Amino acid sequence: MIRLHSKNNGVLGGLLHRHPFIAKLTDNPGLPKALRPRQALLVSDHEAPITEGFGLVLVAHDNGTPAVDNAVRLAPELRYLKGHDVIKFSPDTLKIDVLYRKEANAHSFLVTERCNSFCIMCSQPPRDTDDRYLVGDMLAALPLLHPDTREIGITGGEPTLWGEDFIRLVQASKNHLPNTGLHILSNGRNFKDVSLAVRLANVGHPDLMVGIPLYADYSQLHDFIVQADDAFDDTIRGILNLKRCRVPVEIRIVIHQQNYRRLPKLAEFITRNLLFVDHVALMGLEVMGFAKSNLKSLWIDPYDFRDELRVAVQTLADAKLRVSIYNTPLCVIPEPVRRYAVRSISDWKNDYLEACGCCSAKRQCGGFFSSNLGTASGHIKPFPAGFVP
Amino acid sequence: MPVLGKKFRPPEAFDQAINGYYQLLPSRFVRLDGKRYLLSNDVGEFLVVGRGQLADYIQKKVPKGSDFYHDLKSKCFLVDGDSNVALDLLALKYRTKARRISQFTALHIFVVSLRCDYTCRYCQVSRQTDDKHAFDMSEATADKALGLVFKSPSPTIKIEFQGGEPLLNFSLIRYIVANATAENIRHKKNLQFVITTNLSLLTDEMLSFCSSHGIFLSTSLDGPEQLHNANRPRPGMDGHKLTVEGIKKAQTALGRDKIGALMTTTEKSLPAARAIIDAYLENGLDSIFLRPLSPYGFAVKTRQAYKYDVDRWFEFYKEGLDYILEINRQGHRFVELYTELVVNKLLSPFSTGYVDLQSPSGAGISAIVYNYDGDVYASDEARMLAEMGDKAFRLGNVHDDGYEDIMLSDTLLDMLESTLSESIPMCTDCGFLPYCGTDPVYHHATQGDMVGNKALSGFCGKNMKIFRHVVLLLEDDPEARETLLGWVRP
Ligand code: SF4
Ligand code: SF4
Repeated sequence: MIRLHSKNNGVLGGLLHRHPFIAKLTDNPGLPKALRPRQALLVSDHEAPITEGFGLVLVAHDNGTPAVDNAVRLAPELRYLKGHDVIKFSPDTLKIDVLYRKEANAHSFLVTERCNSFCIMCSQPPRDTDDRYLVGDMLAALPLLHPDTREIGITGGEPTLWGEDFIRLVQASKNHLPNTGLHILSNGRNFKDVSLAVRLANVGHPDLMVGIPLYADYSQLHDFIVQADDAFDDTIRGILNLKRCRVPVEIRIVIHQQNYRRLPKLAEFITRNLLFVDHVALMGLEVMGFAKSNLKSLWIDPYDFRDELRVAVQTLADAKLRVSIYNTPLCVIPEPVRRYAVRSISDWKNDYLEACGCCSAKRQCGGFFSSNLGTASGHIKPFPAGFVP
Repeated sequence: MPVLGKKFRPPEAFDQAINGYYQLLPSRFVRLDGKRYLLSNDVGEFLVVGRGQLADYIQKKVPKGSDFYHDLKSKCFLVDGDSNVALDLLALKYRTKARRISQFTALHIFVVSLRCDYTCRYCQVSRQTDDKHAFDMSEATADKALGLVFKSPSPTIKIEFQGGEPLLNFSLIRYIVANATAENIRHKKNLQFVITTNLSLLTDEMLSFCSSHGIFLSTSLDGPEQLHNANRPRPGMDGHKLTVEGIKKAQTALGRDKIGALMTTTEKSLPAARAIIDAYLENGLDSIFLRPLSPYGFAVKTRQAYKYDVDRWFEFYKEGLDYILEINRQGHRFVELYTELVVNKLLSPFSTGYVDLQSPSGAGISAIVYNYDGDVYASDEARMLAEMGDKAFRLGNVHDDGYEDIMLSDTLLDMLESTLSESIPMCTDCGFLPYCGTDPVYHHATQGDMVGNKALSGFCGKNMKIFRHVVLLLEDDPEARETLLGWVRP
């Protein structure tokens, strides 16, 4: 697990910042002077030269104190940072939030913690706070991202709650990163208003996908799982509206104790009603947030829903839908559908069990959420040497 | 009852349906066997239910929270106070199913010659002898017909050359292919050509023409040599040999996917289902269409069509399908095409283009026939009937009538009106309606009425038996189900 936030940083020189400072990191002390005020110089060892004029100097070693303004000793747990990464530095708390790591396999921006649903397994429990600054943070960070970034994500909370600002975020993503895919996680409910779908489509983002969860094939169960009346109808109408506007949609199904039994029926429902969606992801539970506190009602060993998973995946694949299995260890996925498994867990929270050490499939296997190591399947069985899954 | 934190409400709190009250959405049912019924809706979703379940459903007594309740709801058989999005979904699915109607005619059949080198006893098109050039289509007629073809709004245009034996007028085929291809530069349709031929006159030169224009071949293979030659006598009795050689040549020259074969069932075929299928396997064909004999052409004159009834034919079909499923179980993919159609009707949200299984009938609007003399017919069967003197389904002539005259002719409009299954007695209440269709020419030929009494109809009898059989296979035989699911083409 990689830490993305830390307050464990120390002031070394005169701190001139009064407001949070969002900057790209560079390890080039010779950067043209004109560019320095907007960037942060990363100093990895005590022999590296330090030059004047950077907006921030992050000292990633414990030897000596440089005689420049805005110098900060970087928390040891953040010393993995590299040039091109983007951070937010808050001068009042000395907190550093890592907004972007160029090396990461996923780049997501959480743009609000507020939500109009309250899913029983939410890994990011909603909070009703004024967090509009998160929109500003993303808008500030976007121009600093490396143009080769393959894909970025917008998550929440429910990002569409920002209305016009949500559209601005998509527009800015397109403007600053025209070659970067954009993946939005939304519960889809606000798209029941077709005008929001139209506005999103009108941005004309060339590589956009809206990932929308659907947890059951009938309203009562879906509404219970997301703890919101009418959510099923709203979400279905939202998906229909988005597809009417030709916005690509991915259906995301988190599998747990409350819905695994009807998984095959849900797959059938999708092939009959929503065959035009662009991707269906079946996902294991991330034991975080509400999923942790409600674990007793949610946890089911993936081994125990393997039959339902197999039938559901086959139904979807037979209908020529693009389908993936996320967040599920390879060794508990039934063989006929194993090829749909994808390594999906973001690298900073991805781990393996000790038993996995000798597994020949470890490189293909998505492994576990770091938070799930305590509740791993009882049927983890390393593949023998020479096995090609 | 799950144990959730205090912030969460229990499942019951999210059921807004008062006292489990629900409303029925339009649906129909039909008996499958002694215990079970098929319950279907207008868009072809279905459930197989017991008699008690069916009664509960209709009397609105299905217990809320039961699996059956959720199945009914998930398949749009009911709406309750908790959700009404089923109505949006039904509308969408209905539009998807009906989309083909708006696309209009895709299949255009050109009868380029009525002449034939065969003397088949059951020939469904009254043949003419070799030298009567009066029975060839002229270039002028072909020009007019092509003009009509490109009036169709369909994004896909398939031109099928039929006969007689179309290869007897191959120069006209060349002419039509060249002109249609040139014309299509402007229209940008997905244009395909098929020649339905007995292959006996196929030359290497013809093959290379087919190859360079991506033309498909469709031939007739009735089974093993003896059966084929008995069904399809050719002076010299070498029909089977020529067909088999032709298939091989075409497979090599054009590719295996470019040649298919159709069979015709006669009384002699009935005991030979397995041998017929084996003949298809031996010749490297991947599918077969187990067809009933249709009551047109010489088949009626020689009373061949009445020699066996629907029950006997169905036994033949069933034996054939059983054998085909066995072949698939043994690891070789081989498809029975009528069953494939039915399975797709049952399990896919899309419609199939099959003329006889559509409401209204696809005759004229999905497929249309330009006869050698320029007469336009609603279907191949309509043309066969005309050769016997009954021109009830003649829509016009390419030399006298324009596209609008033909498409808005009383003949066609009357036919469409009488072939809406939804309003046909018996069909209107039949659970198989979403998968079925109606064949106006068949009912006209057999009952003197386009609608017909379905209780006496061989078309209805045959289809009911097949639907029942296929649904019960899907329900009761997991291995067959797996094979059949593999035939669904989304
Ligand atoms: S044992 Fe292998 S397949 Fe199973 S979770 Fe570990 S790495 Fe993955
Ligand atoms: S023809 Fe027969 S099987 Fe078909 S819908 Fe009508 S009654 Fe039903």
